[in-house]
Amino acid sequence: MEETLLDIDMQEKEEYIINMGPQHPSTHGVLRFETCLQGEKVKYLIPHCGYIHRGIEKMCEHLTYPQIIHLTDRMDYLSAHINNEAVALCIENAMQVEVSDRVKYIRTIFAELTRIASHQLWWCAFGMDLGALTTFFYGLRDREKILDIFEETTGSRLTQSFNTPGGLMSDIHPNFQKRIKEFITYFRKKLPEYDQLLTGNIIFRERTKGIGMMTKEMAIDYGVTGPSGRGSGFHCDIRKIAPYSAYPFIKFNEITLTEGDTYSRYLVRIAEMWESLNILEQLVDNIPQGSTMLELKVIKAPKGEFYQRVETARGELGVYIVSDGGPSPARIKFRTPNFSNLFVINKLAAGHKIADLVAISGSLDLVIPDIDR
Amino acid sequence: MYDFTALIGSITNLLNETFSPFWAGLIMMVSLGVALLLFYAVLGLYLVYAERKICARMQNRMGPNRVGPLGIFQTIADLIKLLLKELIYIKNADNFLFNIAPFIVIVASIMAIGSIPFAKGLQAIDLNIGVLYILAISSMGVIGILLAGWASNSKYSVIGAMRSGAQVISYELSVGLALLCIITYAGSMQFSEIIASQQDGWWLFKGHIPAFIAFVIYLISGTAETNRGPFDLAEAESELTAGFHTEYSGIKFAFFFLAEYMNMFIIAAIATTMFLGGWLPFHLFQWHGFNRVMDFIPPVFWFFGKTAFIIYVMMWFKWTFPRLRIDQLLALEWKYLLPINLMNLILIAFLTLMQWHF
Repeated sequence: MEETLLDIDMQEKEEYIINMGPQHPSTHGVLRFETCLQGEKVKYLIPHCGYIHRGIEKMCEHLTYPQIIHLTDRMDYLSAHINNEAVALCIENAMQVEVSDRVKYIRTIFAELTRIASHQLWWCAFGMDLGALTTFFYGLRDREKILDIFEETTGSRLTQSFNTPGGLMSDIHPNFQKRIKEFITYFRKKLPEYDQLLTGNIIFRERTKGIGMMTKEMAIDYGVTGPSGRGSGFHCDIRKIAPYSAYPFIKFNEITLTEGDTYSRYLVRIAEMWESLNILEQLVDNIPQGSTMLELKVIKAPKGEFYQRVETARGELGVYIVSDGGPSPARIKFRTPNFSNLFVINKLAAGHKIADLVAISGSLDLVIPDIDR
Repeated sequence: MYDFTALIGSITNLLNETFSPFWAGLIMMVSLGVALLLFYAVLGLYLVYAERKICARMQNRMGPNRVGPLGIFQTIADLIKLLLKELIYIKNADNFLFNIAPFIVIVASIMAIGSIPFAKGLQAIDLNIGVLYILAISSMGVIGILLAGWASNSKYSVIGAMRSGAQVISYELSVGLALLCIITYAGSMQFSEIIASQQDGWWLFKGHIPAFIAFVIYLISGTAETNRGPFDLAEAESELTAGFHTEYSGIKFAFFFLAEYMNMFIIAAIATTMFLGGWLPFHLFQWHGFNRVMDFIPPVFWFFGKTAFIIYVMMWFKWTFPRLRIDQLLALEWKYLLPINLMNLILIAFLTLMQWHF
């Protein structure tokens, strides 16, 4: 870093370094882009992370498996439920137990609600990045409905910690199904508003089309997964590749577009919200009866290595546990989607304007605590 | 019916009779200055309030509603807060320029207010080149913005200021040319005469399609000139934190803030005067009864009503559109607005020559 700052050629080339972050409105958290600019043009940028590193993986080594769940909420706080699910699934696989269908269905419903809520917040923030301030309130208005559903069942709105190895913390609230059905009809009406406000806007299209082109090869090289990768035609939906929970039982489409620009990443997320509504509709009436918790006396993974991957709202989350047979893991590693998604930004933004850098980083939908863990 | 000329004239006479010419002039200058400043401050505060309420309405929010009924004293409370706030002095900043920049911005907009006709006779100074004066004075504000960006010694500020400079200088052309269209129609640069020429119909209506095109172009470029709405690149908060006024605090920040709103008012007031007949009431053909009722509404209400409508449209722009990029912004001006404007001007010159307007 010091080398680039002291580069004496810089002044001759009329280049200068600007630090976007760690406190900057466009980075959505404590992320720093060391950006080299020539006028308004981005020459290159180096992302610096670690400002919110809490050592979650190391802390996990000293906690029992059910306790680990609560830490994973704090990685990608917008996909809190899906993070919980990944750890719970991994431990269940290790213990070779299978949860009841009821648990699987409820987990999947929660996961899809989480996905919608996360995409809604992304839509808010993406509009803000591009300077359309009204999007923020439209997105939050609808997200509130989902958070209310969460609150009713889990008692918590953001970091639910609803999963536990072997099942769920509690059964669903009696209103649960009714409210989800209400939400589906409500949100089907409101989603076209999103298109009216932002997607159809000529300024928005000019700002996003052809900006930050990511080829399929690039996405695979950098391990860009989730909607960002699927916007480049990379088939990376874990729900399709390695179905878990209730995904084998339902029909849904993997949304992929081939353009690979900011606009296609945007469209993928909007389409995923529609698709998640379809998934919810298939699941909500068919929740089977059964217990929501397995009778597990001791939660211990046997000696060995275990890996489980799930599809969060931002991409592939992998949980890798090395166990020595004790009540807590010997080593644990989270393969978080944002960490991989982040580092492609240099390739995408180089050569574009500084305003495009903000649009591109918004389209990658970064959640900073997930990068640093 | 509501003519302020006689009132103002009698006050002037009274002053001239009681005092020597020097003192009469001084008293008039001071009282006028104080009146304009008060008007400026109050209007600025309530434009901020209006903006917050309107944007809240567009965003499913309540907006300010705690200080006073419907929160009408919120901006006054904010102003008091800004007045009492500590001014932060920056090391390595060019202190003289840093301190003078907000004053340049605000003085430019106060001076422009002086020649705006609020009603017949209710105008501080009716210059015979009023339009030119306003264009010249209001474009002085960009010097303040450039100075603010440069003197702050911050990269964000410099980028913001450079953007603002490029933007205002480009869009000045469009504003000027759009106003030239109406000047061509009216045959005068004096505001009172331009309004008088609209006695039998506003230029927006009787100027055919070219006047409408000029109006739309004026609205777009006027919004751009105030650094607002989809053209707020100079203070693009998602890119440049706050652009040229990143380093300012307290009352100096308030000056920039106030000047932005007053510039919006000036742009809207000029649009009202040039295109919408200024303080003239709305008349419909030969409907004498209707026209008589319209005449009954005081001209000040007409002026502020029309201005408020245009301000509302400008706020509407701001709260629904995403921001443009700098190259798109300049392309819009140089590749689209300017050629259209030039063609439009030629067309209007032809129409005026042939006396084809109503």
